[in-house]
Amino acid sequence: MSAFVDPEPGQSMITDSLLADDVLVQVDNLVKHFPVKGGGLIGRTVAQVKAVDGVSLTVRRGQTLGLVGETGCGKSTLARCIAGLIPATSGTITFEGHNITNLPRRKMQPFRREIQMIFQDPYGSLNPRRRVGSIIGDPFTIHGTATGAARKKAVQELMERVGLNPEHFNRYPAEFSGGQRQRIGVARALALRPKLIICDEPVSALDVSIQAQVLNLLADLQDDFGLAYLFIAHDLEVVRHVSDSVIVMYLGRVAESGPKQPVYETPRHPYTAALLSAAPAADPEAAAARHRIILTGDVPSPINPPSGCRFHPRCPKAQDLCGTEEPALEVKVGDVETHLTACHYPVQTGENLADAARAVRGEAS
Amino acid sequence: MSITELEFQATAAQTGTVTGAIEGRSQWQLTWRRLRHDKMAVASMIVIIVIAILAILAPVFAALTHHGQAQVFPNTGLSASGGPLSPGSHGFLFGTDELGRDLFIRVLYGARISLFVGLSTTAMATVAGVSIGLVTGFFGGWVDAVLARFIDTVLAFPFVVLALSLAVVFGPSLTIVIAVITFFSWAGISRVVRGQALSIKEKEYIEAARSLGASPWRIMFVDMLPNLIAPVLVLATLSIPAAIVFEATLSFLGLGIQPPVASWGNILSDAQSYYQIAWWYLVFPAAALLITTLAFNLLGDGVRDALDPRTERIFAAGRRRKRRMAGTGTTQIDDMVASILADSEEG
Repeated sequence: MSAFVDPEPGQSMITDSLLADDVLVQVDNLVKHFPVKGGGLIGRTVAQVKAVDGVSLTVRRGQTLGLVGETGCGKSTLARCIAGLIPATSGTITFEGHNITNLPRRKMQPFRREIQMIFQDPYGSLNPRRRVGSIIGDPFTIHGTATGAARKKAVQELMERVGLNPEHFNRYPAEFSGGQRQRIGVARALALRPKLIICDEPVSALDVSIQAQVLNLLADLQDDFGLAYLFIAHDLEVVRHVSDSVIVMYLGRVAESGPKQPVYETPRHPYTAALLSAAPAADPEAAAARHRIILTGDVPSPINPPSGCRFHPRCPKAQDLCGTEEPALEVKVGDVETHLTACHYPVQTGENLADAARAVRGEAS
Repeated sequence: MSITELEFQATAAQTGTVTGAIEGRSQWQLTWRRLRHDKMAVASMIVIIVIAILAILAPVFAALTHHGQAQVFPNTGLSASGGPLSPGSHGFLFGTDELGRDLFIRVLYGARISLFVGLSTTAMATVAGVSIGLVTGFFGGWVDAVLARFIDTVLAFPFVVLALSLAVVFGPSLTIVIAVITFFSWAGISRVVRGQALSIKEKEYIEAARSLGASPWRIMFVDMLPNLIAPVLVLATLSIPAAIVFEATLSFLGLGIQPPVASWGNILSDAQSYYQIAWWYLVFPAAALLITTLAFNLLGDGVRDALDPRTERIFAAGRRRKRRMAGTGTTQIDDMVASILADSEEG
């Protein structure tokens, strides 16, 4: 157990005072709304896309926090807010006790060394017109930590560390494969010896065999450098493999969070249960035995999210209360105190949600 | 720390020996390969180099022939009736004009003016156009709103009218010519660069640069600029002949280079009254202007094709076809047409 969601961070700082030293990044009630401009010469804001709508989380030193959810649930927006790439609408981001929310570029600079990012697209995230040596050397140049021969040496050491041939520093990104390119991205993120690396779906664009290599590399680097990861993915098995704790997001909000084991083994939120039941199982017997919870409908628009619990229009367990009152993220009876669920009617052990979902769709079981 | 220093460091880190590894072909090597196989572009390049050498050596020719560009030869340079001498007579290669000046030397000196104006205005317009285009595309918002409208205004301006009025106010000179041409050339480049910058700034590698803490200027000139070089190179190559024609036009109208300094435009202007009795007076400067601008235009087309990876297929198809048809006497144009047709059928 290492990273978890704090429902009320102020309180948790007191109760977890022993653990407070462990906290690397604390995100409190983060909100990011994107304005939707109307047409015309002077674009009037006609609506807000509520990409992230009040998310709190804690990343602890040397640990991995997995962030899962469907496409469009706000995972990447959250990551970009924490990395300081886009300004947050409200809420706070604290790094080692320093408030780094919406800092101007120059003041953010020292924290940039500590928080780095690995991007999803190994093709789009490397400048096609610059040599790999320049790309990996950029962090040193920008932060003035190494120049000339020292910089070249540092770049080659990094390339070797991530499993690239250091002789290839003079090549262009186009001359590398997808996996090698992602290693270049890892080397660039590693250059400044950050404490936190935000991995925005770092392996989802890679071949499965290459995924494992990159994941193992990330694990090795974590051991060697004591890195913390905020690991975003939509592949539940990947997140299970790498994470110490997990957060499940739905439509800009946290549905469930907690240590990896309880979340995966006894999911409380119907959405988590549905996600887990949909993940393919490698074992054919397990695959045959599992009951898939098939959800109806699509993810609603984040411009106009459903009232109450955002999941209620698709939830097999939804009741009237779900449509009116928003459930708080809290510990459910029988769970460890770090396992939090935002649901009025949490899934009970042994409950067969698949049948309930089928009943909702109006099919005979 | 300036951008140039940063770039210098970047190159410093890159230099070093790569041993044993197979060097991949860079974008520029591939472009050069494609350009080399484009006969039209190669011919244009040779023509441009020859013209440039002749222009550079103009004073040498003047010294060899003892004919200055503004020197009149009333005794040897005019016919018995006082008209211009035809080409070849009395050591005047291109003949003489109505004052008995050596037309060959004047055309050579005219080339100096044309190339100087063409290259200097293009260089300045490219620097200005790329900088302004990058800034408006990258920053967006009100910066973009103001600068983009300014670009539109410049592009919509009747340039001959402005050139006329400037020449009248400040008096015609080389400086005014260069200023006017530069002012009307940067906007086209800016507009293209702005469009490219708008799309490039959304790329993930720009986000990566921002996450490293790169400054806006560094992102613009270190991360974005290398991705803009291809379209800018094409635009710049094509803007050289436009500038040369512009200069000739202004000089022809008497608003550019002033006599006795020779420019193709003012020679052509003077030739208007004499071409019926002295064809060479009109033909040589006009041919020089035509050949130069044509060569630059064809080179520009070649560069554009060479930068486009899809043309590799056309050239490859052309080479295949040529091997097959070896000895059948088809021309290169036929080959090209056939390969383009074949290519369009395949696609």
